[in-house]
Amino acid sequence: MSGALAIALVAIVAGASCGLAGVFLVLRRLAMMSDAISHAILPGLVAGYFFARGPNLIAAFLGATAAGVLTVFLVETIVRMRRLKEDAAIGLVFPALFAIGVLLVSRYFANVHLDTDAVLYGEIALAPFDTWNVAGRNLGPQSLWVLAGLGLLNAGFLYLFFKELKLSTFDPGLAEILGFRPGLLHYSFMTIIAMTTVGAFSAVGAILAVALIVIPAVTASFWTTRLPVVIVLSIGIGAFAGLLGYGAATAIDVSISGAIATTLGLLVGGSALFAPRTGFVAQALLRRRQRWAFAATALVIHLAHHRGTDAEVEESRLDHLQAELGWSSDEVNRIVRESEEAGWTIREGDRLVLTETGARAAAGRLVADRA
Amino acid sequence: MSVRPALAHAIEVRDLTVAYEEKPVLWDLDVDVRSGALTAIIGPNGAGKSTLLKAILGLVPRVAGSVSIFGKPLSEDRGKVGYVPQRSSVDWDFPADALDVVLMGMYGRLGWLRRPGRTEREKALECLEEVGMRELAQRQIGRLSGGQQQRVFLARALAQDARLYMMDEPFAGVDAVTEQAVVETLRKLRDRGKTVVVVHHDLGSAPEYFDEAILLNVRLVASGPIDEVFTPENLHKTYGAGARFLVAP
Repeated sequence: MSGALAIALVAIVAGASCGLAGVFLVLRRLAMMSDAISHAILPGLVAGYFFARGPNLIAAFLGATAAGVLTVFLVETIVRMRRLKEDAAIGLVFPALFAIGVLLVSRYFANVHLDTDAVLYGEIALAPFDTWNVAGRNLGPQSLWVLAGLGLLNAGFLYLFFKELKLSTFDPGLAEILGFRPGLLHYSFMTIIAMTTVGAFSAVGAILAVALIVIPAVTASFWTTRLPVVIVLSIGIGAFAGLLGYGAATAIDVSISGAIATTLGLLVGGSALFAPRTGFVAQALLRRRQRWAFAATALVIHLAHHRGTDAEVEESRLDHLQAELGWSSDEVNRIVRESEEAGWTIREGDRLVLTETGARAAAGRLVADRA
Repeated sequence: MSVRPALAHAIEVRDLTVAYEEKPVLWDLDVDVRSGALTAIIGPNGAGKSTLLKAILGLVPRVAGSVSIFGKPLSEDRGKVGYVPQRSSVDWDFPADALDVVLMGMYGRLGWLRRPGRTEREKALECLEEVGMRELAQRQIGRLSGGQQQRVFLARALAQDARLYMMDEPFAGVDAVTEQAVVETLRKLRDRGKTVVVVHHDLGSAPEYFDEAILLNVRLVASGPIDEVFTPENLHKTYGAGARFLVAP
């Protein structure tokens, strides 16, 4: 396997696996938990090193995963004690664990080279050099296998417990009453999240791991409200960001992790702006449309209010509307056009006259609001 | 006091105390819920109405006391209780449509690992039909009005097909149409022999909607048939001096 292909594959598989893992994490409003886990695993790595009396991949993995689960446990305990909210508890727990890790490293492993840049930013470019060899055969980068395994673990868990996860995320009370053990499910899920974070962390670094877990799921939820589609989109977005980021990094010769993270940022930013219905632009347009439609309704209610009274002629004059309803002449024109398009009013000289449709619309609106 | 035949109790609560930190929210409660009746839990804000409901369901830890449902602890037979949480307690941005939520009512019967199939989907659609929401089955739940969301919860309760229903403020913040739909659903459930317990905050409508009432203010004030417990004295004990303004003349 060529080096370039190995790196590209690691980036794609990391994106797909993390994208899948992140869906329920984001739905459970626990996105920050992945950040906490990614930092808190440092003391776990040290503990793994300590127990295995040296660098050992499996011991490091188990230690780091245990530290991740410990983070979740500590955060929930603090929340349950009703002293703090989840985000505050997260902010309290992970710097403490990270600090313990830093202390342990500097006290016991001062002579071991531990590059803090590599911890935070990772070095995906080194992936091809860390290969998995079985019986003399080179099976490709180790991190590729780890990430693919984690992706399968996530997929299997989600496949088996999809219904249970969905219920315990949406309505934990009902899940508990029906005997679905939401607590047990939660810790199983968070253990898998911890393992995924550790795996992604060792392949692509802490920051990109968090970005790959959180951003695809958030991006996907801008585009659909169907959970199965959110899941498929999230996997696709993660993989796509991995591929595109890698391509961009080689094309313009910048950091691969940085390019992937930037791609993710552009995808979520673009979605936040331009997604139909939920995007910023769509929302702004909708608000504007609603504003004019509402003003037109206010206009017909005003006209209906004075219809058939002595003041009708005076109250329906266009210049009077401008003064009385506090609208500028541009606004009056816009609102009158809106109500004419709806067939609610017609113009007679300098007066506005309510049509039957308009009268019904005004009456209907008043009744609807009273109900 | 009128003499009534001894009826089976759907719920028996004995010496129940619930506290947050050191502060008691429910203090040594003994109360029974009559089987086959519509019962309202009534009391002022902070009286522990929701907490009583959740303590019966095992959703908040008890300091002391015991609860039995149809003679057994809940953990021995979980299929018998339907639950409608407070509307504000769930995340309505969740990517699910009305049908998905109603299907959740049938997860208990399916048990672990089994998925809802066509039979479940048809049953769920029927339940949506019963609350007048069939046309909105595919609508994402966040795009429903508050009253429509409440009706989705009712449809889910119907789909659960339980013996006992526990509902937390189903009348809170709903429009007149939904209020009527809720009342009709409650009566329908009673006519099918179900027991329904509802946390309710409107004293005025309570005697019309319910058969029995539990008046609560941290301690139990009174419980039994609603026209017997709704005495000025009991209401005064529950609400303090403000009570006479709360009841329609």
